[in-house]
Amino acid sequence: MKVLVTVKRVIDYNVKVRVMSDNSDVDLKNVKMAVNPFCEIAVEQAVRMKESGLATEVVVVSMGPATAQEQLRTALAMGADRAILVQSDEALESLTVAKILAKIVEEEQPGLVLMGKQSIDTDNNQTGQMLSALTGMSQGAFASAIESDGDQLKVTREVDGGLQTLSIKLPAVVTVDLRMNEPRYASLPNIMKAKKKPLDTKTPADYGVSVKAHSKVLRVEPPAERQAGIKVGSVAELVDKLKNEAKVI
Amino acid sequence: MAILVISEHDNAALKPSTLNTVKAASEIGGEIDLLIVGSGCSAVADSAAKVAGIRKVLVADNAAYDHEIAENVAALVIELAPGYSHLLAPATTNGKNFMPRVAALLDVGQISDIIKVESPDTFVRPIYAGNAIATVQSLDDTKVITVRTTAFDAVAEEGGSATVESLSQVKDLGLSRLISEDMAVSDRPELTAARVVISGGRGMASKENFELLEKVADKLGAAIGASRAAVDAGFVPNDMQVGQTGKIVAPELYIAVGISGAIQHLAGMKDSKVIVAINKDEDAPIFQVADYGLVADLFEAVPELEKSL
Ligand SMILES: Cc1cc2nc3c(=O)[nH]c(=O)nc-3n(C[C@H](O)[C@H](O)[C@H](O)COP(=O)(O)OP(=O)(O)OC[C@H]3O[C@@H](n4cnc5c(N)ncnc54)[C@H](O)[C@@H]3O)c2cc1C
Repeated sequence: MKVLVTVKRVIDYNVKVRVMSDNSDVDLKNVKMAVNPFCEIAVEQAVRMKESGLATEVVVVSMGPATAQEQLRTALAMGADRAILVQSDEALESLTVAKILAKIVEEEQPGLVLMGKQSIDTDNNQTGQMLSALTGMSQGAFASAIESDGDQLKVTREVDGGLQTLSIKLPAVVTVDLRMNEPRYASLPNIMKAKKKPLDTKTPADYGVSVKAHSKVLRVEPPAERQAGIKVGSVAELVDKLKNEAKVI
Repeated sequence: MAILVISEHDNAALKPSTLNTVKAASEIGGEIDLLIVGSGCSAVADSAAKVAGIRKVLVADNAAYDHEIAENVAALVIELAPGYSHLLAPATTNGKNFMPRVAALLDVGQISDIIKVESPDTFVRPIYAGNAIATVQSLDDTKVITVRTTAFDAVAEEGGSATVESLSQVKDLGLSRLISEDMAVSDRPELTAARVVISGGRGMASKENFELLEKVADKLGAAIGASRAAVDAGFVPNDMQVGQTGKIVAPELYIAVGISGAIQHLAGMKDSKVIVAINKDEDAPIFQVADYGLVADLFEAVPELEKSL
């Protein structure tokens, strides 16, 4: 079974973003970029599937600027076989990304698409579900474990009430949650090897998808700051403040 | 203009998140219909008809909708969509599961997790774990929206008298089947709707130590939450995680115990009215958002807190 994995280039999760003074966007100049943590978990899962003989080939796809090659090389160094970059300097909305992915699915015919459940920049949590809807592949969203079961996949999902386990038909789109695995660090020899692995560069137009705007960002602002609080010296003082000052207990 | 709100329920009762979502719909303006998709959910319809401000309750009650399988729910919603300018669902794991499918099948975008309605086509939503707030205008004819429920008050549960209409369409795509569910059972208030939340982090050091928080929670009528580190370590189940990728809470009082205050955790609780932090490290970032910080060993401070309540 071929596994297709999506990888997004985003700000490193340790970096605190700053909003630009003209309120047009956040400032990503000279900021450390990385693989979206959820995508990294998806790559790790695909590579493990290949190592255990469940997957025959792992193909990674990214959409974004030319520099997204770095994130694809990271995925290749983790163990993916080849990469596709759909290059676009314009930010692509989730629906456009899903439409391009649907075309890639048509071409590549993967048995499974693994994606992160959300990206930590836009926090939309939607592209995987959209891809599933557009392709008619079954959907397993927010998965913390998957287990193959013939032409079905057992998917354990993290839901508000606890855990839910579904059996879904293959081919499927699965979006992964944080607890599925712990991604490996690529070794130096594997980083070197990854440089020679195939990386195809395409454009949205190659897939016949026109880039359409469904929304427009009017403003980006910093969040309201909380007023700095105080340190209390004892539990007794804390209880007194909560009762008599904040009046919340 | 009419708005369809897809309700959150457990086949027995409406969840409070539905009432918050109806409030967001009322701020957009227009007639509001409530859709109930489930299996054996007629009791929900009766109470939904009483919710203030609802025109019509639509009920799709069929085994195909048991456990609200995303493929089936979305297939039903897109059939109803032509009568509405806006489709709204709470940004719960259920809403997030089927709603993007609805958007894609209607060939429109989804505006996720809105915290404010500026106008019928313009909404405010957090991005980058809440470190930036974006104002977004939808350019689509049909607006597909998920709602951050803590950002909107609940509408009144009583006072309305909507008509109830049963839907006969059955959408069963046959792609997914439930094997098992492992749901938390608790007498405590729901985490996202509780007035007081007490959360523990890696500093709790074990599953057993969470009992210390339970005793405080008993006295305060609080819900119990956790950081990702505490969930990953197996101290508590995943449904207790608060944060960017867990639940968003905004109680009157949030007590963070043994939690450092990583931005991903703050994203889930920094809109709480009053924040208390108990941490032995006086430089822990959680103190930067805490109204009341106590630098102390939690194993001494928490039992003492429990006794003084
Ligand atoms: C993509 C992504 C998404 C994430 N999403 C979430 C999320 O939704 N929610 C979330 O919480 N995290 C999330 N995280 C993880 C987050 O970055 C932090 O790793 C996590 O919040 C840390 O949890 P913690 O504060 O319990 O642990 P730590 O950071 O290890 O802090 C433990 C704290 O306990 C204190 N302590 C220890 N012992 C005691 C004691 N005896 N008495 C008093 N204090 C004590 C220490 O001083 C320390 O401050 C996410 C990370 C990533 C990369």
